[in-house]
Amino acid sequence: MQEDMKDKMNIEVEADEYLDCKDMKCPLPIVKLSKTIKQMTAGQVIAVEATDPAFKSDVQAWVKTMGCELLEFIEGPVQVAVIRKP
Amino acid sequence: MGSQSSKTIAQLDRNLVDYIDEAVTAKVAEKLNAFQEQIAQTLARCQKNSVSQLSNRATIIAFSGEMDKLIAAFIIATGAASIGMDVSVYVTFWALSALKKKNRFKGKAFTDMLTALMLPTGPDHLGTSKLNMFGAGPMFFSYVMKKKNMSSLADLIELARQTGVRIIACQTAMDVMGITREELVDDLDFGGVATYLADACDSKITLFI
Repeated sequence: MQEDMKDKMNIEVEADEYLDCKDMKCPLPIVKLSKTIKQMTAGQVIAVEATDPAFKSDVQAWVKTMGCELLEFIEGPVQVAVIRKP
Repeated sequence: MGSQSSKTIAQLDRNLVDYIDEAVTAKVAEKLNAFQEQIAQTLARCQKNSVSQLSNRATIIAFSGEMDKLIAAFIIATGAASIGMDVSVYVTFWALSALKKKNRFKGKAFTDMLTALMLPTGPDHLGTSKLNMFGAGPMFFSYVMKKKNMSSLADLIELARQTGVRIIACQTAMDVMGITREELVDDLDFGGVATYLADACDSKITLFI
């Protein structure tokens, strides 16, 4: 299932989990992200795709409050955030 | 002879200057260290006072019974829950309409029946605070929001409950408006002003919407 998600991603990113938040509006991407990251183990990396224009600032604020690390942020029509769970 | 004595004096002078320099530097460093320690202590005290006594909690009072305002309240609630905060939403007065699942007129006083008849039932029947236009506004906004893939109020309330937001219905407001517990959605908490205040006292965020 994870491989399927990876195939659907437009951009090549290596991660343990892939989350599709395309076409979702605030607050759904952040809610889904925190739900998924809760089930991950420390040190794992998640790649999130989103189209919400507020996603960039939201995800930056979210990693700050959650103490996660934003490894990479790719801008574009479909934004991708790569985050490591502490 | 004269030049030599002036040389010694110059030498002495330099020695003196060096000595004074050293002494002043040492004194300043000593004072600075004391200062730094004091600042560190004060900072630690401030942080202890302002942060550790507050839990990572947000309390929101939902008062308005209008769709737009309640959407804002529940977006903030779900957002706060997803950054790991404990969130309670106190639902009171007009906002109680959003938690109603049905009307039950049996055994109700005439005035309570009237209130129930005049107020909306459920999150899908609320008006908007602007451009309501006798109910055309909410229909229009619901359509637009659906088209733009935004969550409706009902979805947001459901999402809030899934993300662990505690929803507390105000018992006093329910009594005033003649709303019984059976008329509201299941699994709610009930409370009064003291419940809110106890939560709000150690909240980082409290909002009245």
